[in-house]
Formats: sequence, structure tokens, C-alpha cells
Amino acid sequence: MIELIQQYWQQYLCGTPAHPSGLVITLWLTVASLGLGFLLAVPLAVAKASTKRWLAVPVAIYTYVIRGTPLYVQLLLLYSGLYSLDAVRSTAFLNGFFRDAFNCTILAFTLNTAAYTTEIFAGAIKTTPRGEIEAARACGMSGLTLYRCIIMPSALRRALPAYSNEVILMLHATTLAATATVPDLLKVARNAASDYYLPFVAYGIAAVLYLCISFALIWLFRLAEHRWLAYLR
Amino acid sequence: MLFEGYGRLLWDGTLETIQLSLLSLLFAFVIGLLGAAAKLSGNRWLSLVATLYTTLIRGVPDLVLMLLLYYSFQDWLNRLTDALNLQQIDIDPFFAGICVLGFIYGAYFTETFRGSVLAVPKGQLEAAAVYGLSRWQIFRRILFPQMMRFALPGISNNWQVILKATALVSIIGLHEVVRAAQDAITGTSSKGAYHAFFFLSVAGLIYLLLTSLSNMVFMTLEQRYSIGIRRPEL
Repeated sequence: MIELIQQYWQQYLCGTPAHPSGLVITLWLTVASLGLGFLLAVPLAVAKASTKRWLAVPVAIYTYVIRGTPLYVQLLLLYSGLYSLDAVRSTAFLNGFFRDAFNCTILAFTLNTAAYTTEIFAGAIKTTPRGEIEAARACGMSGLTLYRCIIMPSALRRALPAYSNEVILMLHATTLAATATVPDLLKVARNAASDYYLPFVAYGIAAVLYLCISFALIWLFRLAEHRWLAYLR
Repeated sequence: MLFEGYGRLLWDGTLETIQLSLLSLLFAFVIGLLGAAAKLSGNRWLSLVATLYTTLIRGVPDLVLMLLLYYSFQDWLNRLTDALNLQQIDIDPFFAGICVLGFIYGAYFTETFRGSVLAVPKGQLEAAAVYGLSRWQIFRRILFPQMMRFALPGISNNWQVILKATALVSIIGLHEVVRAAQDAITGTSSKGAYHAFFFLSVAGLIYLLLTSLSNMVFMTLEQRYSIGIRRPEL
């Protein structure tokens, strides 16, 4: 057990810039997919909450399909499924993009979390009090200004508790990257477990690290809620 | 043929997925009821154990827990049989899958049930006690039917998560639908690479069908359990 820790602690915790540790890769996967997912989810949520059917229906289909299938299947489809198509392999750009496991996992995670986040944000947008929108329109605000100054600030605030849940779930979902050969925390744990044949210690260390990240995220969101939902206290 | 002779394998995989998720749901449901009972029991030690269980399990990714529990138990069992000079016993992956999934999602069910028990008006339980019902009768006739209405959205959510989590147990060697798709891909690799895309899409569609079906079931259940509830008119 001591040997395993001595041999692997650097790979778990702090690697070098050339070989980042599992912890760094896991955090990077989480932050990158959540950030890209957020950027994608805001316009999609506006479209989903819209009364125009040609905007709302395609987004609804997208979230329905993504939320109805396991992330593991989505990842496999992007990682090994798409690459098996001749059309993808014969296009230089697509070939380069999908050959890299890291790109595929980030893409799969982003599309996945964007669907869940869209639902959360769209729900929040729909529950905006009528009066606020009427008042804004009476003040002469239109389209973009209305969304930028009135709807989004309050909708994103109301979505915060549900969004914090999604962030934790995304952190947990990044473990799937290990199945696509991305060297995240779980992959390091798997290597350590098979090297020393001590599954409890190897996976236990990873579990404790994930637990710590989860608690840190929960604490951060508590701070954020304290700051942005101060008017509810 | 459409499935290149692998239709049977995919069908068996689908059945295995359904069995696995239903049995895990049952197991998680029971653990959830026990966990909620422990949390609300007022006994300090019981509620401490239950709180520790839900906090730890919900803080660690399910895939990590799955690998941790599955391989650790096999490891410990091997050491035990070695020490006793017995033959090695291999844990059955199907049984292990149900236990691990049930144990993990039991933590989520504990929280769901705790919330829904607290949502039942206290006066209902007090009135039942005054009428002289026994504790079991109160649970069966008063508490359970009313808490189910509050618990249903949470149960529906957890069920969808369990159903999708069964895709992960292919990693510990279970022959459910994702594994069946992967086997079909390996078997047809010589006939053209596009089969990987095809079979994985089929697996995705099967999941989509299952989640859509269970959505319908839960909508009927929700109607059944909210009989006599007047919705506020907006």
C-alpha cells in the first residue's frame, strides 16, 4: 500500500506540464465541458422558452434525445462510432478532430451537459414573473435588451440551485473519460489497481479525491448563492 | 439482414438491461425506505450512519464506486478463500451489478423518501395514531399513499438515472445492451467499419425507447396518486 502511494501519488495529484496528473485532467474536463456547455445552453434555453414553435421544437428534440440516452453510449458513438464512417475519415479536418480521444470526450460531455443545462435555464426563464416583462416592455425595452437586463439576470439566479446539482453530476460523469483512454483520475486509479493488485486502496484514493472536489464545489455554490440570492434571505 | 445476425444478441441484451434496472430499482427502493426511516428515527446513531451513507455515496462518482466495490469484494473474497484453502469463488457479475447499483442509488432514494415523508402533513399521522392504528397500519394506509405523491417525481428521476447507469456495468463485464452492441461491432468488423456507428445508434435508440416508455408509465402513476388533489388555478 505504501509502495502504491509512493509510486503513484504524483500521477494522482501533481504531474508535470508534459504529463498532467489525473486530478488536473479531471478538473480540466469538468471546467471545459461545463464552460462550453454553458455557452451553448444560454441561447438554446432562450430558444426553448420561446413561443415560436420552429425555435422551440428542434431544441426540445435535442434535449429529449440527449437526456434519454446514457452518456456512455453518446461517448462511444462520438469516439468509435463516428470514426468508423468513411465520410469522417476522408475529410482531413474531421479525421484530425475525431482521432483524438480528448476532443471526442470534451465534445460528448459538452453536448450532454448543454442539454441538461438548457432544460434548467429554460425552466427558469419560463417562471419569470409576468409583471417584470410587462414593466420592461412598458419602459420601451425590446428583444435583446429585455433578455440582457431583465430576464437572464433573474433567471440565471433562480437556476443556481439546480445548476449546482448539474455541476456535481458533470464532475461525476467525467469518470467516463477513462473508458476512452483519457488519463483522468479514474484511469490513474485503474492503472494503480492493476499494477499492485490493491483495488480498494487504488480506487479508494480516487474516491476520496472526488469526494473532496465535490465538497469544494458545493462550498463554492453555497458562496455563490449567498452572494447572488442575497435578496431571498 | 438488417442486424447481420446479431438481432438476437441485441434483444437478449435489452432484456438483461431491463431486468438489471428493475431489480436494482427494487433493491434501491427498499434501501431508500430503510435509510429514510433511519434518518427520521430520532436515534442519533442510526441517523448518523444514514447521513454518512448518503453523503459519501452521493459525493463519489457512480463509476468509481462500482469499480471500487466490485473489485474490492472479489479481492477480499479471494484472500478469504486462499486463507481457508478453498477454491476461488467468482462473484456473479449480474448479482454484483444489482447489489452495487442498488446500494449506490439507495442513497439517492433515501433523500427522496426523507423529503416526501416530511411533506406529509403531521396532523394526518397524529389523527391516525389517535384512531388507534398500529405503526404498520399508519405506514401502510396513511403515510405511504400520501408520501408517494410527493416522492413520484423524485422516483421517476432516479429510475431514469438507474436505467442509464446500467450502461456502465458493461465495464464490469455484464452482457447488457451496450456490451451486445460492442460484441456485434467486433463480430462485423470485417464487413465494413460503418457497423460501429450503426450498432451504437441502435443501442442509443433502445435506451430512448425504454426511457420514453417509462415516462408514460410514470405519467399514469402520477395521475393515479394525485386523485383528489385540486391543482391551483393560474
